[in-house]
Amino acid sequence: MTFHAPHASPSPSNDVAVRDDMTTDWVDVTPMLPRRPRKNVGDLIFRGLTAAAACTLVAVVVSIVVVLGWESFGAIRKFGWGFLTTQKWDPVANEYGALPFIYGTLVSSFLALVQAVPLGVGTALFLSEMAPSWLRTPVAFLVELLAAIPSVVYGLWGIFVLVPWVRSTVTPWLADTLGFLPFFQGPSYGVGMLTASMILAVMIVPYITSVALEVFQTVPIAQREGALALGATRWEMIRIAVLPYGRIGVIGAIMLGLGRALGETMAVTMVIGNRPEIALSFFAPASTMASVIANEFSEASSDLYVQVLVELGLVLLVVTMLVNVLARLLVWRVGDVGTAGH
Amino acid sequence: MRNGRYLSGMTIAVAAVALATAGSAHAQLQLNGAGATFPYPMYSKWFSLYGKVDTTSRFNYQSIGSGGGIKQLTEQTVDFGASDGPMTEEQLRAAPGPIMHVPTVMGAVVMTYNVEGLKTGLRLTPEVIADIFTGRIVKWNDGALVKANPGVELPPRDIVVVHRSDGSGTSYIFTDYLSKVSQNWLDKVGRGTAVSWPVGLGGKGNEGVTGLIKQTPFSIGYVELIYARSNSLPYAMVQNKAGEFVTPSLESVTAAAAAAAEKMPDDFRVSITDEAGPDAYPIAGMTWLLVYQTQRDAEKGKKLVGFLEWMLKDGQKVAPDLHYAPLPAAVATKALASLAKITTTDGTPLLGH
Repeated sequence: MTFHAPHASPSPSNDVAVRDDMTTDWVDVTPMLPRRPRKNVGDLIFRGLTAAAACTLVAVVVSIVVVLGWESFGAIRKFGWGFLTTQKWDPVANEYGALPFIYGTLVSSFLALVQAVPLGVGTALFLSEMAPSWLRTPVAFLVELLAAIPSVVYGLWGIFVLVPWVRSTVTPWLADTLGFLPFFQGPSYGVGMLTASMILAVMIVPYITSVALEVFQTVPIAQREGALALGATRWEMIRIAVLPYGRIGVIGAIMLGLGRALGETMAVTMVIGNRPEIALSFFAPASTMASVIANEFSEASSDLYVQVLVELGLVLLVVTMLVNVLARLLVWRVGDVGTAGH
Repeated sequence: MRNGRYLSGMTIAVAAVALATAGSAHAQLQLNGAGATFPYPMYSKWFSLYGKVDTTSRFNYQSIGSGGGIKQLTEQTVDFGASDGPMTEEQLRAAPGPIMHVPTVMGAVVMTYNVEGLKTGLRLTPEVIADIFTGRIVKWNDGALVKANPGVELPPRDIVVVHRSDGSGTSYIFTDYLSKVSQNWLDKVGRGTAVSWPVGLGGKGNEGVTGLIKQTPFSIGYVELIYARSNSLPYAMVQNKAGEFVTPSLESVTAAAAAAAEKMPDDFRVSITDEAGPDAYPIAGMTWLLVYQTQRDAEKGKKLVGFLEWMLKDGQKVAPDLHYAPLPAAVATKALASLAKITTTDGTPLLGH
């Protein structure tokens, strides 16, 4: 709704008059407000439907947690907290520890972010600030198309294209230049943590790019022009006008991508090497929570084995929630700093 | 919003399927089964062929994995199950009634590799395979490999071991074999659909293992014979109990089962890895359909037994077309005889009715 009165603010009561504080004149805005019928059946139905939708989603999340907890109760009672801190995974001896999978999930997702954030935010900045308008739409469309590719196709592309390239080109180069770090040492098979993170990066770039692009495009023209009028170069304009304005939105975009990376299953399973071991080297094969569930659930025959896999699902859910909560805290913090600074 | 639309679309689809099944149930009796993935191509072929033999029944099979098949059979949500590994005593006790194993076909697990210049026919001894998969042999030109392959040039490169990352009947057969030929393997790892592999990379499914082997020079792994054949992968001859190096083939698998036929237990829960017999390929396995000995629904039971009888007689003939090894005649006959034990709840046998 639009108030045409200058400096108008709605009064707390249902009065339709708005007081202009500056002049103490009363301006009648009644003709400008939409009519509000007291009872509208359509509104009530709409309200009921949306409330039902929201409640359904909450109920789904709660019931997932309850069912996962219930179904894995036996394993939780048997292994306790030790499940989260031990490394042995031996279905034959019925010994299970989740640490290698938690490590694999977190590290592969983090490495994916390290690659995808500059790529995604950079692409969004280019499209929003620098690209000619005839280029913007087709490129944005192509980037979004990346999100439509099924993950099993990414996995196959990973096995047949990415893996040989990583083995013959990427890892030798990394070992030559950064080989003094423990992360880039040891034999490279092509499959492993690094390759999985690269696939994940490609998969989450479209999420980061499209959300970040939307955010950058909401930056008011006046703010950009103000920066330019102060003598800013284009880069300085981006740095002082665009990036701070879009910061919270961009963090949201990154978190969306991270959520996707944490739960991605198929593509990762196909290129990570599926070895439940914690290795410092990113060249080494690893395993994630989602991939081990996908791998072993269908043939898990003993009760305890199934319970353990369900518990892994619960742990994955909790880890994802914790990461999201951390992200939310980060957004609040950044938001506070942002407003304090201005 | 988009999700909401998707969900309602799903609901409509589910309702449509439910209606369609309800509609056809009047015309045909539908039997549902679930389980092993390895024999799935064979089973779907059989069910489609049998649909022409007996037009009053329809078989629906979901290849969700042996573990899932056993679970669903135990919970009685399906009419029959299927498994690549025999059910354990514990699993049998958990079921509400006695379950019978009906052998269907057999398959072999072959050792495949990617070493430039090496074609089909690398010779592997049981000790060499076990040592490679426990990480004791790490080079292609290891003394034991060279000794088994006189005249073959083996490179001084590291061996990259590839195994299945998903739980599978293929892994069960392979680890069962290793547990029989190597005490070290039995003590350290053991047998199972998924085990704690001492070395190597994991690939998901036969296609994942194949992809990794094709993409990784100097690698070695194991896949199903059918899969190696249809993808023209090189595979090894394996030394059997009699000391012979045997090429995996339908004949050498059937030979392994024939060797096992004499000591075949009445419940058919037997492993045919490392069998005696000069022609027997040692890494072979059977797959089973699982049925309750007492059928709660006499109509369905009759249809099921009818199919099993057909499968053990005519069905066996089409197995080689799909690269599955048929049961040796002695085993098929014994299995046929065992069908007489399947009865209704009041004890009436269902065979031949």
